Amino acid sequence: MSSAMYERMRANPKFQDLVSRRGRFAWILAFIVLTMFYGFVMVVAFNPASLGQPVSEGSMLTVGVAVEFFMFVFFWVLTAVYVKRANTEFDALTQEIVKEAWKENK
Amino acid sequence: MRRLTHLTTALGLFAIAAMAYAGPPVEGAMEKSATNWHAIIMFCLFVAMTMGITYWAASRTKSTADFYTAGGGITGFQNGLAIAGDYMSAATLLGLTAMVYTQGYDGYIYMLAFFAGWPIILFLMAERLRNLGKFTFSDITAYRLDQGKVRTMAAISSLTVVCFYLIAQMVGAGQLIKLLFGLDYNIAIFAVGILMMVYVTFGGMVATTWVQIIKACMLLAGGTLVMILAFSQFGFSFQTLLEKATAVHKLGDKLMSPGSLLADPVTAISLGLGLMFGTAGLPHILMRFFTVTDAKEARKSVLYASGFVAYFFNVIFIMGLCGILIVGQNPEFFEGGTVGGKLIGGGNMVAMHLAKAVGGNMLLGFLAAVAFATILAVVSGLALAGASAISHDIYARVIMKGQASEATEIRVSRIATICLGFVAIVLGILFEKQNIAFMVGLAFGVAAAANFPVLILSMYWKGLTTRGALFGGYGGLVSAVLFVVFSKSVWVDVLHNPAPLFPYTQPALFAMPIAFLLAYIFSKSDSSVRAGKEIEAFEDQYVRAQTGFGASGASSH
Repeated sequence: MSSAMYERMRANPKFQDLVSRRGRFAWILAFIVLTMFYGFVMVVAFNPASLGQPVSEGSMLTVGVAVEFFMFVFFWVLTAVYVKRANTEFDALTQEIVKEAWKENK
Repeated sequence: MRRLTHLTTALGLFAIAAMAYAGPPVEGAMEKSATNWHAIIMFCLFVAMTMGITYWAASRTKSTADFYTAGGGITGFQNGLAIAGDYMSAATLLGLTAMVYTQGYDGYIYMLAFFAGWPIILFLMAERLRNLGKFTFSDITAYRLDQGKVRTMAAISSLTVVCFYLIAQMVGAGQLIKLLFGLDYNIAIFAVGILMMVYVTFGGMVATTWVQIIKACMLLAGGTLVMILAFSQFGFSFQTLLEKATAVHKLGDKLMSPGSLLADPVTAISLGLGLMFGTAGLPHILMRFFTVTDAKEARKSVLYASGFVAYFFNVIFIMGLCGILIVGQNPEFFEGGTVGGKLIGGGNMVAMHLAKAVGGNMLLGFLAAVAFATILAVVSGLALAGASAISHDIYARVIMKGQASEATEIRVSRIATICLGFVAIVLGILFEKQNIAFMVGLAFGVAAAANFPVLILSMYWKGLTTRGALFGGYGGLVSAVLFVVFSKSVWVDVLHNPAPLFPYTQPALFAMPIAFLLAYIFSKSDSSVRAGKEIEAFEDQYVRAQTGFGASGASSH
């Protein structure tokens, strides 16, 4: 019974739409985070001196601290963006798919 | 009523023990005896409050779903706080403050590595975890694979991670309490172990979650207060703070650039991988995704949790920097009164000394109570995760093949919790001298290599078969542990061999590829009929992972 429901949902073009849109969105965001984080780790590993530079003449704030703080904030903002979109747009689409599968079932 | 009596007795016994041992001051530090009382009173208040919650939770814990996941009725915000609470252990508060104090910027790099796993968990895992799982993360791996074999493997690696993490927490608890409360190390270990058993056996996930939430609030509030009081001495100017700190610190101008901690690239990358993907493989964290009603709340909990974690790490960074000036320049905090010598109570006490310097004994007492509460809460979360692996995965699914009644399954979890409590007490006493940070690192390394690869493959890769999952899981587990045993920290420092067999201290960069590769090779070469069926079953699993249809708890809402 469950399996038949899954079959129906899979056949729904909206399901393909949901999977590809949400998947693409999630992977793009994950790619941004991974690239920035491992890019940063590579700089720490291979060129640490560049992170010790002050951001501007006479400032005690180094590039490393500024970049890291930015990442803390930016990653969290990306998280918020994802949650916002997934909890509205994608969840609505999911509900439609499930509802349509129920209807066909009857 | 009987439960209440038990709880009151346990609480009373603990209070008596605490008072009896609070008397003699710790090794030569006379002023410590005064501070003990503040800490003990606040800690007893915390315990009393959480015992009340446990009593309330005990009456609501009837089914296995209540016991393991609080009936799935925790909101996203509450769960976010609880996840943050599970993630921010005492090692975070004490260890990372100390790391910034001694190493400056390197400590901040560690924190980013601890944090960066969260967005990845959200984008790639949180939703599918919630949609596919019921109680433990083995539910996901075993969804379409051989229940018995896969669950046994997942339970073994969960328990391994839980045990390493437990050792770190117990040792931390013992040392901290010995110093702050004036209690004997072994008494402290017993107190933590027994309280943990009470929370988990009586209150299950409901009590564990609320202990975690209260503790997370205390930790956030206490840390913020210390940070504000300390930072105000520098007019809230980051510039002034850094100018003064670099002027007095022994690293000088190097304080704010990457230093010796991550000197070699392989270690830096391996650490980054281990911390990021280790987070995604910690059983007590993964378990938290099943306490919410649906994927929507699961996503929200990650948003809240990562917000709290990111905020708190930045608070700790400032605390550590303020510590350089406020603690590092004050002879009162050094043994024998020589600035630059050994800190009273060891390097991990920077946060505590800072609290005393800016807020007196009251604040020190409060922060000490928070640190102890933190350990207690994290240990409870771990014990629950370990107990579920034993009762839900091994007992109910492997031994009884799904035929166990809910009542016996809960009874087994309670017995497992009590056993784990004793194991934790014994390990805590045996490993008294072990380095805490190293044990935490090991737990993360094993989680990243043994749990994460199989989990992510079973969610994303159609081709994974039982055979592949077993080789990948066991391979990752064994190789991660071996890499650590052969590294300098065990082979040379503990076993006193002249040279390490494995040149790096962080296993993730090497053990993770081994796990993935073994899972791939042994899945691909598996041409059995069963493997064919498992691959076919991925289609339905995929629809459920995406839509949440059929996920437990979702139907009733």
